[in-house]
Amino acid sequence: MSKNDFMIEAQGVHKSYRMGMAQVSVLKGADISVKQGEFVAITGASGSGKSTLLHILGALDRPDKGVVRFEGRDIGGMGGGELNRYRNKMVGFVFQFYHLLDELSVLENVILPAMVPVGIIRWLSVRGGVKRRGRQLLEAVGLNERAAHKPYQLSGGQRQRAAIARALVNEPKLLLADEPTGNLDSATGNGILELLGKLNRAGQTIIMVTHDERVAVRAGRIVTLADGRIK
Amino acid sequence: MYKLTLAFRYLFKRRISYLALGAVALCVFIVVVVMTVMTGLVSDFKSKNHSFTGDCVAGTESLVGFPYYEDFMRILDSADFVEGVSAAINSCALVGAEGSQQNIGLEIIGIDARRHSRATGFGETLHYNKGDASRAFELTGDANLPGCVVGIDLWLQRSSKGGYYYELSPPATPMAVTCFPLTIRGALAKAGTGLVNTRTFYLSDFSESGLARVDSSVVYLPFEDTQALCGLLSPVKRASWLHIKFRPNVKLEDGCQKVQMLWAKFCDQMNGKENAELLAQVRVQSWKQHRRQFIAAMEKEQVMLTAMFGLVGLTTVFVVFVVFYMIVSHKSRDIGVLKSIGASFGDVVALFLGFAGALGVAGSALGIAAGLLFLRDINAIENWLFERFGFQLWDRTIFAIGEIPNRMDLTMVSVVVCCAVLACLAGAVLPTVRAAKSRPVETLQVSQL
Repeated sequence: MSKNDFMIEAQGVHKSYRMGMAQVSVLKGADISVKQGEFVAITGASGSGKSTLLHILGALDRPDKGVVRFEGRDIGGMGGGELNRYRNKMVGFVFQFYHLLDELSVLENVILPAMVPVGIIRWLSVRGGVKRRGRQLLEAVGLNERAAHKPYQLSGGQRQRAAIARALVNEPKLLLADEPTGNLDSATGNGILELLGKLNRAGQTIIMVTHDERVAVRAGRIVTLADGRIK
Repeated sequence: MYKLTLAFRYLFKRRISYLALGAVALCVFIVVVVMTVMTGLVSDFKSKNHSFTGDCVAGTESLVGFPYYEDFMRILDSADFVEGVSAAINSCALVGAEGSQQNIGLEIIGIDARRHSRATGFGETLHYNKGDASRAFELTGDANLPGCVVGIDLWLQRSSKGGYYYELSPPATPMAVTCFPLTIRGALAKAGTGLVNTRTFYLSDFSESGLARVDSSVVYLPFEDTQALCGLLSPVKRASWLHIKFRPNVKLEDGCQKVQMLWAKFCDQMNGKENAELLAQVRVQSWKQHRRQFIAAMEKEQVMLTAMFGLVGLTTVFVVFVVFYMIVSHKSRDIGVLKSIGASFGDVVALFLGFAGALGVAGSALGIAAGLLFLRDINAIENWLFERFGFQLWDRTIFAIGEIPNRMDLTMVSVVVCCAVLACLAGAVLPTVRAAKSRPVETLQVSQL
């Protein structure tokens, strides 16, 4: 843990994209700090850079300028191998469009992050435990009957619950959710938010991006991104 | 473990993978079938040339021949590396039916049939006296009449199935053979009305060497008769070639080198003897060198074919490249997901190259299996095509082919499989590396659009 107890903090993060001939600045010195056990919602208008900030926190993208520290360590200074370990062990990502692999069953999708760092020989010795953990997570998200199904055989809400189970399989310290209810109807979205709340009450640190105020209020703290900065 | 699982799932669960699999299998099938048939034909052609020539020859193209061949044959007969040696006279003659004004120019080869079958495969080419060449020039009715062995295509028409319709016994047809005897300097030996030597021979057997040019232009005659016809008896007896067969354990190059050394020594010994200068034009050659002009053409065809199949290989690489480009583009979201859960650049490359390798192996296996089935029945298929549609791949009335070669060479198959797998890997490597290099967010955002 960092000296000021923040699990993750971003300072002066800048990010711009080239769109055709123009350079568009999305983040212009965004700062955010999140303590362990917090449930933070990042809100803002469409195109305000919420998802970009979440991607930078999850090391899916690199900032042009600024520092992101996880437990006091600058993730910008991490090498390729360390970044892979960070994505695999420290954070779990939940995407708006679920991003499950169609070729794998629901259970296989859930345990996929646990398979990534393991070689074939080691897999033979750990697969029993990993599958057990995968089934426990599916039971926790109410999908134990659907373990052998393919993602395309599930509803949107079920897919998102499978994606949450996948994000949790390696017991990450931080769960990043990018518009987790954005593609769902309100009843199903409520179910997902209840699940996230339950996880947070169990100690899981969560950062969630949403443009919907009704969703954001389910978090413990709301930060708003406007003009590329946290207000 | 997930790489293996995903690679196989991509291979068997995606329709586009089946297209790539089909492309690889088809290329492997074509290459294997054509290479098997072509290699078989070239190998068969070489083997027939070897059989026709023996292992080594010493002689000259000159129609005047070279002297003292009997002395050198004695030396070779006593050499421990020589199995058999035979003298031959190669010349040209006009051959026609006795009493007829019509004749054709042919090549005549004068041989001692028994000796010649020990040095070459001559005995095996005979029809009526197969395996007993000593009787090749004997006629069943009258042993005193001089016989001759005629190239099969000069006499009989090849059937569309590749065989000949022989009579029960040799036809014993009289044939007038006319030669222009030469002096030892190469001038015409006779003048005026008696310019030529003519003698009648009776057709005693047919020779089927399997070499179209030989079978359609050569008449074999007894050695002494040919020597007399061509004027090679005086002032010293001469022959055109000595055909030599080595003992089984003797390497071709070693045997030829030994013959060359013996010949050089022999020439030194003969130096100063009458007409010994003719020995200078004698060359010692292996059968490959001697038949080079015929074999080279076939080998060039084979090289050209290999080059053409190199192009087929390039096409495979391009097809696989295109398919992989599409697959990787289609799977860019998966790559983003994998990278977002910690998969490294190497993991993504290994996954897709594993997929490409699996595709190459599975495609090759399919192609070879199809090739094996097709080659097993290639002759039956060709016969069926001929009987049903009158189409023949190789016209048996032209090509000296009994059956289409269909024995797969394991080395060739291994090389083709390796090339197919490498082609798949080569086709996959560029799109894979490009995708693996991308940041996770790039592929995930693209897939959301």
